[in-house]
Amino acid sequence: MSDKPEKTEKTDKSERTERLSVFKTYKLYVGGKFPRSESGRVYEVTDAKGKWLANAPQSSRKDARDAVVAARKAFGAWSGATAYNRGQILYRIAEMLEGRRDQYVREVGEAEGLSRSKAAAQVDAAIDRWVWYAGWTDKIAQVVGGGNPVAGPFFNLSSPEPTGVVAVLAPQESSFLGLVSVVAPVVATGNTAVVIASEKAPLPALSLGEVLATSDLPGGVVNILSGRTAEIAAPLAAHQDVNAIDLAGADEVLAKELEIAAADNLKRVLRPQPVDDWTAAPGTERMTAFLETKTVWHPTGSLGASGSSY
Amino acid sequence: MPTTAPHALSDVTASDSTLRRFLHGLPGVDAVGLEARAASLGTRSIKTTAKAYAIDLAISMVDLTTLEGADTPGKVRALGAKAVRPDPTDRMTPATAAVCVYPDMVATAKKAVAGSSVKVASVATAFPAGRAPIAVKLADVREAVAAGADEIDMVIDRGAFLAGNYMKVYDEITAVKEACGTDARLKVIFETGELSTYDNIRRASWLGMLAGADFIKTSTGKVAVNATPANTLLMLEAVRDFRAQTGIQVGVKPAGGIRTSKDAIKFLVLVNETAGEDWLDNHWFRFGASSLLNDLLLQRQKLATGRYSGPDYVTVD
Amino acid sequence: MAPVFDYAPAPESRSVVDIAPSYGLFIDGEFTEAAGGKVFKTVSPSSEEVLSEVAEASEEDVDRAVRAARKAFEKWSALPGSERAKYLFRIARIIQERSRELAVLETLDNGKPIRETRDADLPLVAAHFFYYAGWADKLEHAGYGANPRPLGVAGQVIPWNFPLLMLAWKIAPALATGNTVVLKPAETTPLSALFFADICRQAGLPKGVVNIVTGDGRAGAALVAHPDVNKVAFTGSTAVGKEIARTVAGTRKKLTLELGGKGANIVFDDAPIDQAVEGIVNGIFFNQGQVCCAGSRLLVQESIHDELLDSLKRRLSTLRLGDPLDKNTDIGAINSAEQLARITALAEQGEAEGAERWSPACELPESGYWFAPTLFTNVTQAHTIARDEIFGPVLSVLTFRTPDEAVAKANNTPYGLSAGIWTEKGSRILAVAIKLRAGVIWSNTFNKFDPTSPFGGYKESGFGREGGRHGLEAYLDV
Repeated sequence: MSDKPEKTEKTDKSERTERLSVFKTYKLYVGGKFPRSESGRVYEVTDAKGKWLANAPQSSRKDARDAVVAARKAFGAWSGATAYNRGQILYRIAEMLEGRRDQYVREVGEAEGLSRSKAAAQVDAAIDRWVWYAGWTDKIAQVVGGGNPVAGPFFNLSSPEPTGVVAVLAPQESSFLGLVSVVAPVVATGNTAVVIASEKAPLPALSLGEVLATSDLPGGVVNILSGRTAEIAAPLAAHQDVNAIDLAGADEVLAKELEIAAADNLKRVLRPQPVDDWTAAPGTERMTAFLETKTVWHPTGSLGASGSSY
Repeated sequence: MPTTAPHALSDVTASDSTLRRFLHGLPGVDAVGLEARAASLGTRSIKTTAKAYAIDLAISMVDLTTLEGADTPGKVRALGAKAVRPDPTDRMTPATAAVCVYPDMVATAKKAVAGSSVKVASVATAFPAGRAPIAVKLADVREAVAAGADEIDMVIDRGAFLAGNYMKVYDEITAVKEACGTDARLKVIFETGELSTYDNIRRASWLGMLAGADFIKTSTGKVAVNATPANTLLMLEAVRDFRAQTGIQVGVKPAGGIRTSKDAIKFLVLVNETAGEDWLDNHWFRFGASSLLNDLLLQRQKLATGRYSGPDYVTVD
Repeated sequence: MAPVFDYAPAPESRSVVDIAPSYGLFIDGEFTEAAGGKVFKTVSPSSEEVLSEVAEASEEDVDRAVRAARKAFEKWSALPGSERAKYLFRIARIIQERSRELAVLETLDNGKPIRETRDADLPLVAAHFFYYAGWADKLEHAGYGANPRPLGVAGQVIPWNFPLLMLAWKIAPALATGNTVVLKPAETTPLSALFFADICRQAGLPKGVVNIVTGDGRAGAALVAHPDVNKVAFTGSTAVGKEIARTVAGTRKKLTLELGGKGANIVFDDAPIDQAVEGIVNGIFFNQGQVCCAGSRLLVQESIHDELLDSLKRRLSTLRLGDPLDKNTDIGAINSAEQLARITALAEQGEAEGAERWSPACELPESGYWFAPTLFTNVTQAHTIARDEIFGPVLSVLTFRTPDEAVAKANNTPYGLSAGIWTEKGSRILAVAIKLRAGVIWSNTFNKFDPTSPFGGYKESGFGREGGRHGLEAYLDV
């Protein structure tokens, strides 16, 4: 099922002079660029059976800091973009993924130890999820916002607005569908994200950066870090310029620690939710978790009172 | 056309366009906020000594008015007598500020109040519609003044105002002011109900003051919407700001629809907390009213005796 | 020279409220003493007179209250929504009937003017119950799924600035959605919550559905930490809010926080000036500025600074400070000696840091806790009084040159609760409103509240919304 020649085969069948494949150097995706970890560290990523797949960057707290800077910088334009425009871009992500479907099927299969058909189902669901959220960008405000009939001469309107920079701990098990399921709702609603990929299966996430970079998604809207979840999450949870944190990829002990740290600037915290099946319909909760409600008042008054009655 | 004494704003009336720019450059009025402020001042609770003071002050500010087609010399004499001595049972009751009549009744009114402090105010300029040639309006004014009117209550040309022809309105007021001479004070009636918006009322107030009004007055009492706490508050803001800019103090007269002591006291609170105590004097604030006086007298009797009075204990006009 | 138009005293009658010499905790439908028998006094801030003695709840009492609420939850949550609704409608009506009594009580215990309790607090309290009563049997239409469920026992801790109104904001949605409640009122203003307990009794509310535990921060902490509480709702300071967030970390407790603010009130040069002046005054002097959403930073366009300040000072000179029970009082007492000390210290710091202080001529009563309405000009973003929430009648005046600068300065705070915009230009209102990072934007008005209108903050002003359809979410399992 793998397109990538395995090393043992290469040596065993050297007389066949098969073409030596080009390995991919997996890099982080930060501010629309693909840097290595500033720490210069990498860690070994293996497939489900323990076979070496690649070396992934092992991000440091400084990488997390840089990612937050990039996400903050991108927030103004992304949250200010029209909902239609965000929808177009999210749909473009789906288009780009569709074109590289085979690559992701292979990567997900290796990462999660799935058969080709099961991996394909995961990738298809992930692509469809982008499409689903692409359609949500210009509808969520109508579903969760609206006019309020206040008892006075005032126009009163509540509308949802993105919370800001969201740190996302992607699910540890579902390396791609799980990842997309937590990232897409964050950015669909106009937030920007700093995503920590699944610690043991980060490659599909790192590859996603390549698709995002070619989908008209402005740099910095999604930033993807790989490494030790606990190490990267701690500075993000404590970061004063991060507005919210999704703890999907944290275990119970880490989640509590991070929630305590998050209280320092009152981050919105989405606690880990048990998810048995990431293909199930997601509902709106992952969007509303990172939306603020802004309510604007304005006097209405009357048009004026005239009344000639001679 | 002669203009009023030069002041900080003299040049805004230099031309049609400067006047227009000035009036349209005045700060806007938020209707809800204005009305909320007026309503909030309306919740002031004026009791005991403050109430007694306010009632006497209000009586002294009444322009006791009759402006009916059916007005006769007898009616006007009765009104004059009432203005001079509102409560025959209590000589301490102050006289009203003025009686307000049509021009042809000025001479009668003048006789009726002779020897008292009560002034005679005459409506003029083809009151209430103001739809007459300027020559007719000025003749109306001159006759009233000649008959002895101390005050002239003119109406502005609302049609010209609403058509944006501010200079025409301005010129008419200055012409009327000139016709008033030095003896008669000029009250300028905007008919706020017809101007309709608070922005217009603010502009009209400044226009009237720039043209030399001694008083700005809400309305004729002849349309559906007359004096309200909100439009009076707005005009009080205008006279306050005009004095701050020019040093010239202008009076305010709400007219029409003020019928109870409670209402009158609310207006006095508006004066007190907006323009300030300099306006708490019948030289600077008036009520254009007729039935208000009797309610003030009833309340005055109640305060004096501690029991509620009844309509048979005040005089009908 | 005519005498001046001085308003004679117009005191509201104190006799309309009958305060008992002592009150117990309201647990399981009964007033009971605290387990340890401890009590504390509540005083009238305008006179320092002791109004009553109130039981001080211990951890044991809080536990008893939570158990009562837990016991009541099963039946209460199983009631048809239409029946819960009727209880809430009853409560709303009784509040309307007793609003004069409650307004006087609130003014006595809190120190705020009767004009406010009568015209703002009490009408809003009744309206809030009335609004949420109507939701109780319509929850399946609220957009939270076909059968949204209550969470269980709600532990609610409220502040002293709007004692009964904050109670209404907490209890009305909690009961409408089928939760039961343990509420801790603020230490300095416990009385209206205890009167509310009596209203629950009059309404025939099943025992244990509403429990009131009085006490200080320790009782609040015990309530928040109680393992059998499913929902925590807190209104108060940001510092305590953070502590609560840490306490509930790692639990399944749902949390909503309504915390501090440093609201910017932005006045552009094309504002309706007279209404803006009223809005500024209302924004910072309503309830003596002890309002989380107060417009405590005035951002005025530099080109109209002097003109606006003149108008503002003239207007401040007409404010009437004094006996809160006098119907003509605009500015009442500060709620407590502690709060007065905090306001005083911050104002002194403002002066020390070089800001220019101004107050209208204003005589302060001899007893009680009082602070004159105060303006600071020449304030910059670097001044402590432009950054820290003062929670008092102190306005910091800053200037800006362009809309961009106004927005940047308005947003330059860890808080994000409220903001005001004054301009006659519609597109500017909308452009600025979109850019402001705050939960409630008042344009050409300020400090307006309504039960249908969601209220709550961005950033360190907390999370979750109270009021409106949005306010249901905090009490539903969604």
